[in-house]
Amino acid sequence: MTAVPLDRPATTRRGDSVFKGLATAAAVMILVALAGVGIFLTLEGVPALSAESGALGGKDNIVLYVWPLIYGTLLAAALAILMAAPLSIGLALVISHYAPRRLSKPIGYVIDLLAAVPSVVYGLWGIEFLGPRLGQAYGWLAENLGFLPFFEGPASGSGRTILTAGVVLAVMALPIITAICREIFSQTPVLHQEAALALGATRWEMIRLTVFPYGRSGMISAVMLGMGRALGETMAVAMVLSATGVVTINLISSVNPSTIAANIALGFPEASGIKVNVLIFSGLVLFLITFVVNFLGRLIAGRGQVKEGR
Amino acid sequence: MAATDQDVRPVTIPDAPLTRPQLPSWAPVLVAVVALAVAALPVVLLGWSLVAMVVLTVVIFVVALPVWSSSVEGPRKAKDRLASALVWSAFGLAMIPLVTLMWQVISNGVPVLSAEFFTYSMRNIVGEGGGIYHAIIGTVIVTAWAAIISVPIGVMAGVYLIEYGAGSRIARVVTFLVDVMTGIPSIVAGLFAYALFVLFFGPGVRMGIGGAVALSVLMIPIVVRSTEEMLKLVPDELREASYALGVPKWRTITKVVLPTAMAGIVTGVTLAVARVAGETAPLLIIAGDTDSVNFNAFAERMATLPVFIYYSYMQPGIPPEFGQERAWGAALVLIAIVMALNILARFISRRFTPKTGR
Repeated sequence: MTAVPLDRPATTRRGDSVFKGLATAAAVMILVALAGVGIFLTLEGVPALSAESGALGGKDNIVLYVWPLIYGTLLAAALAILMAAPLSIGLALVISHYAPRRLSKPIGYVIDLLAAVPSVVYGLWGIEFLGPRLGQAYGWLAENLGFLPFFEGPASGSGRTILTAGVVLAVMALPIITAICREIFSQTPVLHQEAALALGATRWEMIRLTVFPYGRSGMISAVMLGMGRALGETMAVAMVLSATGVVTINLISSVNPSTIAANIALGFPEASGIKVNVLIFSGLVLFLITFVVNFLGRLIAGRGQVKEGR
Repeated sequence: MAATDQDVRPVTIPDAPLTRPQLPSWAPVLVAVVALAVAALPVVLLGWSLVAMVVLTVVIFVVALPVWSSSVEGPRKAKDRLASALVWSAFGLAMIPLVTLMWQVISNGVPVLSAEFFTYSMRNIVGEGGGIYHAIIGTVIVTAWAAIISVPIGVMAGVYLIEYGAGSRIARVVTFLVDVMTGIPSIVAGLFAYALFVLFFGPGVRMGIGGAVALSVLMIPIVVRSTEEMLKLVPDELREASYALGVPKWRTITKVVLPTAMAGIVTGVTLAVARVAGETAPLLIIAGDTDSVNFNAFAERMATLPVFIYYSYMQPGIPPEFGQERAWGAALVLIAIVMALNILARFISRRFTPKTGR
């Protein structure tokens, strides 16, 4: 009689330990996969350090090859964020505070639809619709604002410039930033908002005094995450941008810096030998850049959460 | 508080008015109509484009309404109206890409759709004709393999994080790395798969399963995230009731916790599939492109819809219009698939979420 209850826990525990082992293995698998991304890219990327100029598009060493690409990547992402951040915050405010309640949910769905569109379709849209129309605007900019270094023509007629790529990236980053911002804005304590309104604040003053201070860290991390997306976005840029691989701050000419991701996508299918290693090395650089940006974004978001706890 | 315009000065005059003058409720409409009329002038007289008219209307409205408001209602109200106008124009601006994109894809894509388009591959096709059968097959196979790899890993990792590891150091590290993994650029995932497969199959390797590995790098974090969120929602009372009946922990998880959270997990998986089905860059790198149907994920190149769109548009062949037409048709099909998956996910989450009674 006494032997049975003693035996039982032993059998059940075996099932438990197997299941726990499986679960732990899956979690560790994620660590391994992420480490694997770093390790395999490094393994295949290191030979690029000794690449000859033939494989580097005429550049003397890998640093000179990667530097203009890094510049283009950062420039395109910065342009995208400059446009997307204010727009997304406005959009998030529409959803959380301005639109009537019955409208705000459908608007949210529609914005989520923007996030679901595949990047290659954005590329088609950028070439076919956006490029030619912006091309006309660039002509005007070059004529009237040509004294600014950014708009110093000659303007590209097809509009396939780094600024157009920035606009496409902004459209792609918009839903991410909006989604996070609207989440945070709608979490602002109702009591704060009502207190501000009761003191006679207008709606905008209420938002500036309660919603923005409450959501500051969330907004920053949302922008960082959108930036991460813009940095790593490949196909839209590869299709829209006609890149020549120069370093310039002229945003509207047909001579443009390329981005790391677009350069890989355009070069990889035909690459062989050491060129593959060169491209993988540039991919490793991109991985590190996005890692740092995402890391900072999460860090800021995490710090915000600690504050909320009190 | 540094801002001074919010300071409310104490009212000292005994008969100060309690109300301030206010613009009538139809003021914004009036300003909008006037702005439209003013903006229409250069269109009629100078032949400006309609786009210029719309831009001009918005600019006039955004300037005129606050100016009028400031002269009648004072600066605070004016600022409020300015903010409202700007916020709503941000909304209008954000709608432009969505509307034009949908319109472009549908108007260019619908004429291409036909029975042949869905049932033919591009094998031996030059110029007109052919279809996306091979690309649809490829997308289904690669995405299915990606789901087969990432769903067990993702769900089990989520179970670990909530049920076993909660609070432990490894759980915190994994949570953080899952966040980081969400931000991995898709092309880097493709390079990773290539670098991995090169070790076994030599340089220049292209196969469907490589694409699946790359996609699962992108998919796992989404699955883990949604599993985690859903398991958090399962009430502890359910677990405790199960333990109290003497059910071991792993049976509790498989028979009580996971079924309760199933709807949410399936929703998350569907959304993850929708996300990776549209990915182009990793498949361009490791799965490649081909004109023929390939059912075997473990050998040879495999065409997928996004890569097909990319090559059809960028290298359409001669004459170019047929390739570009096919690209638009394929884009419409791809968007339809992705949207259908999204709607399916919403449907699942609404229909099958168990009622908690609260």
